[in-house]
Amino acid sequence: MIRIKLFPLVGSFAENKDIARQVRIGRIIPALEGGKDVTIDFEKVEAATQSFIHALISDIIRKYGSEILDRIYFKNCSETVKKMITIVVDYMQESV
Amino acid sequence: MKMHLSNSAFLGNIDPFLRGLDTSDPAKLEITANKKWISIHPVVLSMAAALGLNLRPSDIKCEKLEAVSRHYLKRMGLFKLLGIESDIRIREHEPAGRFIPLTQIYNSEELTRFITEMIPLLHLEPKQAEPIKYVVSELVRNVLEHAQSSCGAIVAAQYYKKSNTIRIGIVDTGVGIKKTINQSHDAPTHLEAIRLALIPGITGTTKKEGGTETNAGAGLFFIKSIAQINRDFFMIYSGNAMFKLLKSADGRKHVRLEADPFKNRHSKGEDYPFWNGTVVGIDISLSKTSEFSVLLDLIREVYIKTVRERKKEGYRKPRFI
Repeated sequence: MIRIKLFPLVGSFAENKDIARQVRIGRIIPALEGGKDVTIDFEKVEAATQSFIHALISDIIRKYGSEILDRIYFKNCSETVKKMITIVVDYMQESV
Repeated sequence: MKMHLSNSAFLGNIDPFLRGLDTSDPAKLEITANKKWISIHPVVLSMAAALGLNLRPSDIKCEKLEAVSRHYLKRMGLFKLLGIESDIRIREHEPAGRFIPLTQIYNSEELTRFITEMIPLLHLEPKQAEPIKYVVSELVRNVLEHAQSSCGAIVAAQYYKKSNTIRIGIVDTGVGIKKTINQSHDAPTHLEAIRLALIPGITGTTKKEGGTETNAGAGLFFIKSIAQINRDFFMIYSGNAMFKLLKSADGRKHVRLEADPFKNRHSKGEDYPFWNGTVVGIDISLSKTSEFSVLLDLIREVYIKTVRERKKEGYRKPRFI
């Protein structure tokens, strides 16, 4: 299991899609492909845009199918962050 | 090009201002103003700045302003941004003034910095700040990713005490919504392109449901929904078309979100002077701001329903013989 802390990368408002993409390509995907589960830690991240969450996880769901969600854990999410992740996860599962 | 700054141009009554624009000679800009009073939405200022930024200062002519409120243009940084002289003198507000002067944003880092610095300037509580940060981030990112605007994104915002509202304008002089949407969809008119851009799950980057790795086609739908749920104005203008979400009556307890913007209470037109690029104005009332998380529940519901219905449209039908 690897743990990715987002706050040091994005601050309290997660909106920078370039960083989301870097985290996905540089850390999440290599960990999953290496057989490790991933915890994305949103501690101190108060809010996130849909664009950020989409850039962070949508391509993973598209490439590996919704089963991959069993290997990704979202930790310390605020209410709005949880809802934003749920929206993206839902529409991606409807779409793929 | 000619722009007349009237005594009142806000989103509710912006139509005459837009119709009065003259964008016919892109080599020159002439700015005139009401002699007595200038009272304009930040989106109008952003438009003036965007037009002027594509010109040399010597090609911009701004008449001597006489209106009592002319200092507003100076305070918002219009002359400074355009590099033109003005004899208006102001005493600089202390940093606590509740406005964001005209700002040009060219890249992701500048946007992140802008959002961080914006909230203290507007004196917002965390709950009030959430939708505003959201709106600015998503709209400016749209410009940076899709518009190919030579002047970047021009942003300005102002707090209005009387209505307890933050009014925001975000403008670019890029390729416009029609060109972006038509990369993957078929929008014969600018108005249809605006309609498609506001429907959840439709993006110019792909026809595929779920979008691409970085675009889902959800940003503008979220923003329209924030305005709708708070019963605020939202206006989008590109090419010769303008769509405006009108305020819904306060009396109705529940606001129903619509995927198709034309099912909202709105006004629209496609005979406006041609704007090369995209103009977005939004008002966010601070006293009525609904819980952002409640809004997200509603958005999720409409979003999923829309994707499902669209997928169903593509289903093969059984052939009964």
